[in-house]
Amino acid sequence: MRFRDHRVVGGILDLAARYRDQGADELVFYDITASPEDRVVDRTWVERVAALLDIPFCVAGGIRSVADAEAVLAAGAEKISVNSPALADPSLIDELSRRFGAQCVVVGIDSVDVGDEYRVQQFTGDPSRTRDAGRRTVDWVREAIDRGAGEIVLNCMGSDGVRRGYDIAQLWAVRRECQVPLVASGGAGAVEHFAAAFIEAGVDAALAASVFHCGELEIPTLKAELAERGIEVRR
Amino acid sequence: MSRCDVVIVDGGGANIASLRFALARLGVDSTLSAEPDRIGRASHVILPGVGAAAGAMRRLRAAGLDRLLPTLNQPVLGICLGMQLLFDASAEGPTDCLGLMRGRAVRLRSAPGKPVPHMGWNTLEPGGESPLLRGAQPGERAYFVHSYALPVGEYTRASTDYGTRFSACVQIRNFHGVQFHPERSGKVGARVLANFLACD
Repeated sequence: MRFRDHRVVGGILDLAARYRDQGADELVFYDITASPEDRVVDRTWVERVAALLDIPFCVAGGIRSVADAEAVLAAGAEKISVNSPALADPSLIDELSRRFGAQCVVVGIDSVDVGDEYRVQQFTGDPSRTRDAGRRTVDWVREAIDRGAGEIVLNCMGSDGVRRGYDIAQLWAVRRECQVPLVASGGAGAVEHFAAAFIEAGVDAALAASVFHCGELEIPTLKAELAERGIEVRR
Repeated sequence: MSRCDVVIVDGGGANIASLRFALARLGVDSTLSAEPDRIGRASHVILPGVGAAAGAMRRLRAAGLDRLLPTLNQPVLGICLGMQLLFDASAEGPTDCLGLMRGRAVRLRSAPGKPVPHMGWNTLEPGGESPLLRGAQPGERAYFVHSYALPVGEYTRASTDYGTRFSACVQIRNFHGVQFHPERSGKVGARVLANFLACD
């Protein structure tokens, strides 16, 4: 969801209310172009979202400092998620965790399968600037947790947006290294994909966007079917 | 509930925006204050969680609120760390707390699949009469974020299991506490806040 584009903010609030009413457990607002364009999230929209939502939400994009994070949290966000700025300066994770506590510091990781290993990608909001971050994904997960990350969102880029399912092998490879909550991202297109992420990859939560935005899958249906498969959900 | 004059105790640096928005959704304005006189005049007082127990108690003492709060007769609600501060002491620091209820907050033990902090939606099991839990059904979920907790005891009105069972809702007289965040707990949380505002 792009905060910057004022025309779609109404859409963001409508969507947020819709997902709240449908029973989403948490919402994540990504300003994916913030880092490549050197911008910070517009806080007034965070406040409007906070006024609307009675569930936790996380803001991601362009948070480069303790001050940036403080403004977003003070506006009512529950968590902040850092990605590119943490790769540029990993000590940002330590600072955020010391100041606000690990519980509100999420590290988002965009990762690709290059055949013999998984590698971290940087500046993924702009395809022309996206590049290898010079790290193996499992190494970065370990380091982020050591530095104080309270949650890891692993976005498997190969599967992102194509709705053929989460990358279960990759999620499991990271799960073994990750003692904090792990959130699966990228690829969800059907109930079975969510079920596989929980049962086979052992993730704590599953994140999805396009499958819900397009109305292909409704959250109450998803939750009912996951519950039938024995997965604990909030109803 | 517009007759409510809700004061949120300002412990300094708290992220209370979501709490104020939650009250606003119930049609109630709230005032943030650390002034003993102002807090004393409130119809309802909310003590939110602010960082760690020792620092929070230091700030309450500096404002003279460690003496005022236990003397209040209006409904008081401690949220998260604010609930823990209503007890004798906390291992986080460690520090003495307000001493309204006997007990000591202890650190949750992490276990495989149960990382600490305990973060996320978990179930409430009502275990006693409390006005805050009016309308509550067993197994309803609320949103938790905490590393310390109060064991189940005589003040417990609802409990939650996270490896061990701990107090999720407590009460003594006009003093109420919830370990979860009602402001982020959907309809369940909104009902808890509305029930609190209906106390007099």
